[in-house]
Amino acid sequence: MPKVTFIAHDGLVREVQASVGQSLMQAALDHNVRGIDGDCGGQCACATCHVFVDPAWTGRVGPRTAQEDEMLNFAAELRDNSRLACQIPLTEALDGLVVALPEGQH
Amino acid sequence: MTTTTATADARARINALPLDGLNPADIQYFLDDTAPLVFERLRREDPVHRSFSPVEGMGHYWSVTRYQDIMAVDTNHAAFSSEWSKGGITLYNPPESDRLPMFIAMDPPKHDDQRKAVANIVAPANLNNWQDLIRSRTATLLDSLPRNETFDWVDKVSIELTTCMLATLFDFPFEDRRLLTWWSDVATMNKLVNPDALGPEERMAELGKMLGYFTKLWNERVNAPPRTDLVSMLAHGAATKNMGPMEYMGNLVLLIVGGNDTTRNSMTGGLLALHDHPEEFAKLRANPALVDSLVPEIIRWQTPLAYMRRTANRDVELAGKTIRAGDKVAMWYLSGNRDDAVIEQPDRFIIDRARPRQHLSFGFGIHRCVGNRLAELQLKILWEEILNRFPVIEVMGPPTRVKSAFVRGFSSLPVRLPG
Repeated sequence: MPKVTFIAHDGLVREVQASVGQSLMQAALDHNVRGIDGDCGGQCACATCHVFVDPAWTGRVGPRTAQEDEMLNFAAELRDNSRLACQIPLTEALDGLVVALPEGQH
Repeated sequence: MTTTTATADARARINALPLDGLNPADIQYFLDDTAPLVFERLRREDPVHRSFSPVEGMGHYWSVTRYQDIMAVDTNHAAFSSEWSKGGITLYNPPESDRLPMFIAMDPPKHDDQRKAVANIVAPANLNNWQDLIRSRTATLLDSLPRNETFDWVDKVSIELTTCMLATLFDFPFEDRRLLTWWSDVATMNKLVNPDALGPEERMAELGKMLGYFTKLWNERVNAPPRTDLVSMLAHGAATKNMGPMEYMGNLVLLIVGGNDTTRNSMTGGLLALHDHPEEFAKLRANPALVDSLVPEIIRWQTPLAYMRRTANRDVELAGKTIRAGDKVAMWYLSGNRDDAVIEQPDRFIIDRARPRQHLSFGFGIHRCVGNRLAELQLKILWEEILNRFPVIEVMGPPTRVKSAFVRGFSSLPVRLPG
């Protein structure tokens, strides 16, 4: 049961207990984490589950895929640690993961 | 005859037609709103369907009708091109002289560069800035509506609000804003399916006037410091500042239609949907916080653009059919939005769905509607302000539908505000 932390744009912190095998996006939706929309349902087709991976975790989370790059290309704020939460499968190794959220998803 | 009986009759009539000749882009299905019944049959019997339209410039095309197949096409721009020179994003191929370059009808990398030149105008920070302006305009307009007399909701509310927004986005002279409405209508009209439309030459002449007007705005802004309006952003953007006149015209058409027509028709469609589902309207009045899920449900229900077209770059297998290189492919968002494999009870208008934003109306993939959150914001504010002031909005008669299989909208809707 990896625990993950979402830090909203206004600083509000949400910790949720996720399940191994689900995506970070699904964990957010299951717990109604404000600021993760997930319009396409996790198919890397809309970029509305954009997160900034805490620098301490970028190595374990890994880099963006080519399709993620295409979708995030139009994000209002793109950083090196930008990922789509639907493309991050949760494992025990990600227990404690911290991500921050952008000002809005679109 | 009740609506239910009329629907059952229409369904029986459509189900009795030979499948082979079924042409879902036939304008008749959009004028009488039986298109959803055609798609219901295609999803069931022939989800990737080849057909022929006798309209000049349309001809043979594929219809993709199921949600996941539409998603597969929309997210595969390598196989399915949007390129304007191949015919672009609508089934009708205009004569080559009338084809307009615009970034919605381009593939990467040029699409990406031009889209980025304007995308920031709808970034979250800018939306926050506009919120108060949209709310005060909406409130003033609603307070000015006539009481106890029938008026046209489309003209007085839907067109006025979306045109004001568009004028702001362009920083367009406010007193001339109805020109934007007119040019939007001109851009999407097609004499071949709409007898009231301008002919092709008159249509291009009107778009030429639009270009003339906007060229003056460009010239004013290109030498001024960059600002957050669409003309200034195009004039200063690295990927757009050297556009030729046809490309400027094309991108203006895209931004005017995209920023106006779609939201306009959702503003009207939402009122109709709530009128047709009084139990949902009652639910909304009891709990105004449902506006958040009402808005995406309106956008699903209306599907203001019924489809987007692609052109196959190579042979592709889809649902057991072989789409050949060069074939036209229509992704019928109107159909995918009623696919019960993905959306529960899709034929019901339900304002408190668990996942209301999974609809296809904005498209998915790299061409996903850039203004989606602005559209949602305008609709949200409109409904919040309506709920604040009008206990009843009476729909006095049926709407007039736009004569198009692409734009799914309304040209009028008579309503009355009692009191």
